[in-house]
Amino acid sequence: METQKPFQVDVGNLLAFNPFHNFPSLPTSRDELVKGCLEEGTKLIQAVADSLFNLPSTEDVDGPLVKLPPPTTKLPREKHLPKPKPPTKWEEFAKKKGIQKRKKDKVLWDEQTGTWKRRFGYDRVNDDKDIPIIEAKMTDEPGEDPFAKRQDDKKKRVEKQEKNRLQNLKQAAKLGALPSHVQLAATALPITGTQAPPKKVTKDELGNVAGMAATSTASGGKFDRKLLGEKPAKKQGKHRKFLPVVEGSGIGSREKEQTENVLNKLISKHSHEILNVGKAVTMYNVKKEKKARNRKNQEGKSSSTSNKLKPKKQLHKKAAKKGPESSKKRMAK
Amino acid sequence: MMKIKTPRNGRVRRELEKRAPKLVETGKKTLILQGTKTSGTLNGVLSEIYHLKKGGAVRFTRKNDNIRPFESGGETSLEFFSLKTDCSIFVYGSHSKKRPNNLVIGRMYDHHVYDLVEVGVENFKSIESFTYDKKMAPRVGSKPFIAFVGEGFENVDELKHLKEVLLDLLRGEVVENINLAGLDRAYVCTAISSNKVYLTHCAIRLKKSGTVVPRMELVEVGPSMDLVVRRHRLPNEGLRKEAMRTAKDQPKKKIKNVSSDAIEGTIGKIYIPDQKVGDVALPNKAKGVKRERREAKKKEANERASKKQKEESE
Repeated sequence: METQKPFQVDVGNLLAFNPFHNFPSLPTSRDELVKGCLEEGTKLIQAVADSLFNLPSTEDVDGPLVKLPPPTTKLPREKHLPKPKPPTKWEEFAKKKGIQKRKKDKVLWDEQTGTWKRRFGYDRVNDDKDIPIIEAKMTDEPGEDPFAKRQDDKKKRVEKQEKNRLQNLKQAAKLGALPSHVQLAATALPITGTQAPPKKVTKDELGNVAGMAATSTASGGKFDRKLLGEKPAKKQGKHRKFLPVVEGSGIGSREKEQTENVLNKLISKHSHEILNVGKAVTMYNVKKEKKARNRKNQEGKSSSTSNKLKPKKQLHKKAAKKGPESSKKRMAK
Repeated sequence: MMKIKTPRNGRVRRELEKRAPKLVETGKKTLILQGTKTSGTLNGVLSEIYHLKKGGAVRFTRKNDNIRPFESGGETSLEFFSLKTDCSIFVYGSHSKKRPNNLVIGRMYDHHVYDLVEVGVENFKSIESFTYDKKMAPRVGSKPFIAFVGEGFENVDELKHLKEVLLDLLRGEVVENINLAGLDRAYVCTAISSNKVYLTHCAIRLKKSGTVVPRMELVEVGPSMDLVVRRHRLPNEGLRKEAMRTAKDQPKKKIKNVSSDAIEGTIGKIYIPDQKVGDVALPNKAKGVKRERREAKKKEANERASKKQKEESE
């Protein structure tokens, strides 16, 4: 039982904290523990309610409305404090010169038509297209279109205004006070002389580039520290397989097999086994299709089906080709 | 070369303004998500927390295996989600042999991780397992009472941190006016030992007592669980200082046309619009009201009458 009674009550948060209670010995059963906790909780909440119900209340439709005091426990903010907007170039100039803002009317009197027209937008006062006649002045050059000149001037003014607006926003962004609905996006800046926009790099390309960069290291990028989530490099390029140092010279001896393969290729005892049948067939087919295409261009006939009957003949021809070579070598030996 | 991008929609503009940093902040939204493996109890815990915070919480149901809050590289996904959903508190649940029924509660500052608390959930009892009179069930979104019991919350570092985080999580919106009839829920957290906290959610029954203040009665309603503090990470000192900064209480609403003078006190200005002399209704124009005309008419009538009399007499 605690002798002191001061609970720390924060009415603004409806929070109560009892720092003095401690369980002298943990109650054995869970139910008793729960009961004990609820009792303590009730006491605390009663304390909060005491201060809460004693606040001045106003009657509302649903019940008594009470104005809560601000909370006393400080909790961290979720976002930074908003920075005040820096004054724009015009605002600084106006402050220096003492220019006051004037309230503008919604509609203005248009002399030309004799009606009230709006300041900007559709059907506005002083529109460029409503001017019927522009009187020529002494300073005007002949051959210059004054209407086009007016339009150009307006365009220039608008561009200047846009540039100034961008500069103001950039200044605000530098100080971290950009308005929430505005985003400054960097458009593509071509470094080369051409006006072509830089190509967007895909995910696969980036991975390939990383792999290429890794191969410049002495160990081929195998031991490079990888970022979290980066997949290990796929097997790229030639990887040599070395024979084991110590091996028996029995039937399964790999060294023997290796040397045998090399010798066979050189001596070509079984020349017909050396032939790469698949490759030969492909080469033949390609040649045939080329011929057929040429014939097609001349005649307009397709002769793809007749090709299939001929391959065997050519095979023998190739074997025969190798024959004299191998016999030559045998003779040389 | 920069381009200015502004929203072309009023709706988008309003959404952006809602997410902009404000001087005085309202409640934080909570993001509830899970890791590669979750257990049955953990699923229950996460869905009940979502229920309790229905108005201001977002629940992700897919598993996210690249989130490791306590590792330096594993927070990028969390920060991305926080940015997209505009949530500043997250509750991440995962289950593994080393850390069974693990719950990581964390807060964000400017959508970067501010601090983390890792707790294990034991002895979880869900809402369905409690029997109570359904009429007393607390309504969704009502502001809760929060009670912390135990000296552990004062002495032990980890429990102090947990207390702050739980307060932030359970608090709800910060309101100025509150309707006393709508107070119907309470959270009770007791420090059972130096690393265990018993958290339970109760409904409040108000009973008549002699004074204005009613007597409170707590009835256990909602989920109850034991939280075992495992790890925690406090924020950096510099970051903490920056996050705790509040704007000095400025007079938010400036009353227009009122100024105060040292000698005269409060002075107000009243603006009277220009009198449109041409449009004002002439006061004498009202029909039948003009006394002179009435009298003139009467006089005429009298004169005529007298004239007739004269003629007759003649």
